[in-house]
Amino acid sequence: MSFLDYFLGSRKKTASVAKDRLKLILAHERSADTPDFLPALQEELLTVISKYMPVEKDQISVHMERRGDFEVLELNILFPEQHSPG
Amino acid sequence: MAQTVVVTSGKGGVGKTTTSAAFASGLAQRGYRTVVIDFDVGLRNLDLVMGCERRVVYDFINVIHGEARLQQALIRDKMLENLYILPTSQTRDKDALTTEGVARVMEELQTQFDYIVCDSPAGIESGALRALYHADAAIVVTNPEVSSVRDSDRILGILAARSKRAEEGAEPIREHLLLTRYAPKRVQGGEMLSLDDVQELLRIPLLGVIPESEIILQASNQGIPAIHMQGSDVALAYEDVVARFLGEERPLRFVQPEKTGFFKRLFGG
Ligand SMILES: Nc1ncnc2c1ncn2[C@@H]1O[C@H](COP(=O)(O)OP(=O)(O)O)[C@@H](O)[C@H]1O
Ligand SMILES: [Mg+2]
Repeated sequence: MSFLDYFLGSRKKTASVAKDRLKLILAHERSADTPDFLPALQEELLTVISKYMPVEKDQISVHMERRGDFEVLELNILFPEQHSPG
Repeated sequence: MAQTVVVTSGKGGVGKTTTSAAFASGLAQRGYRTVVIDFDVGLRNLDLVMGCERRVVYDFINVIHGEARLQQALIRDKMLENLYILPTSQTRDKDALTTEGVARVMEELQTQFDYIVCDSPAGIESGALRALYHADAAIVVTNPEVSSVRDSDRILGILAARSKRAEEGAEPIREHLLLTRYAPKRVQGGEMLSLDDVQELLRIPLLGVIPESEIILQASNQGIPAIHMQGSDVALAYEDVVARFLGEERPLRFVQPEKTGFFKRLFGG
């Protein structure tokens, strides 16, 4: 494969590369200006939730994100199969 | 009461001044009393794009510093009688705009106009903040390019946090995405972010798409806002932008690569 082939071949896909990079950049920067109470909130949620079901610290994540005119607080709790409630 | 619209972007060279001139002209064409203000202190580009550079005597900064009255600094557009330009200074530094001074001028303009269009400087510092502070609506000018999309996203964060509306807890600024310098052929070839990509990334309502066009250079060479370049893609695209801003429905044009000639373009296809 010549250098030119390589260049033309890769040129085709640069828009999707740009999009993937932007997804990461924006996600990172949007979470960078999250309020500083988030770690504390995460701590407290962990305490409350672990009263009812076994859950580890790294299974809980809290994110704040701006979407248009809204701020969205996103709470993710990951339950391993065996701990599924019910 | 006037509506204040900021044309902003974060990044420089994306088409803010081009858009401010075309958009303000479009509003005035429809009969609205409109003033367009140059907030880009030190550069002073808007008067060149509007073609009124030789008539600048007093500017925005003179008014703020009490060296001239507002009416002395306002320049009437050469093509539209209800359009005025408030130029900025080429010599002073960007701190010449004081927060109180800008507020005073904006208040005075409120009573005289239907629309106040603010052409923002690039960046996310004091100049850009002053330009967006009083806004009721924002046109976020974005090119289909990584750094431009990123900077637009940062400006969106600032609009939501640092404007007068944000500080007063009023209804947030209406945000509009304007994608400019769009080249559908390159999008089709996978070399340029598509309209859908940018919308998905920025997630604000779309106001329009302005194609990349050599007409823009012809317009700026002559000091004629692009919306006056009759029959051109960019003029029609900017007319659509004004119509949508005013609440009219307009289908998107110039977002597909052109396959056919002039007549097909004229009559749609
Ligand atoms: N749709 C377009 N097609 C081609 N060139 C454009 C377009 N819009 C703007 N330009 C050019 O890009 C450059 C920057 O535009 P300008 O409006 O001054 O940007 P900004 O005010 O954001 O710095 C100018 O040379 C202008 O003529
Ligand atoms: Mg400019």
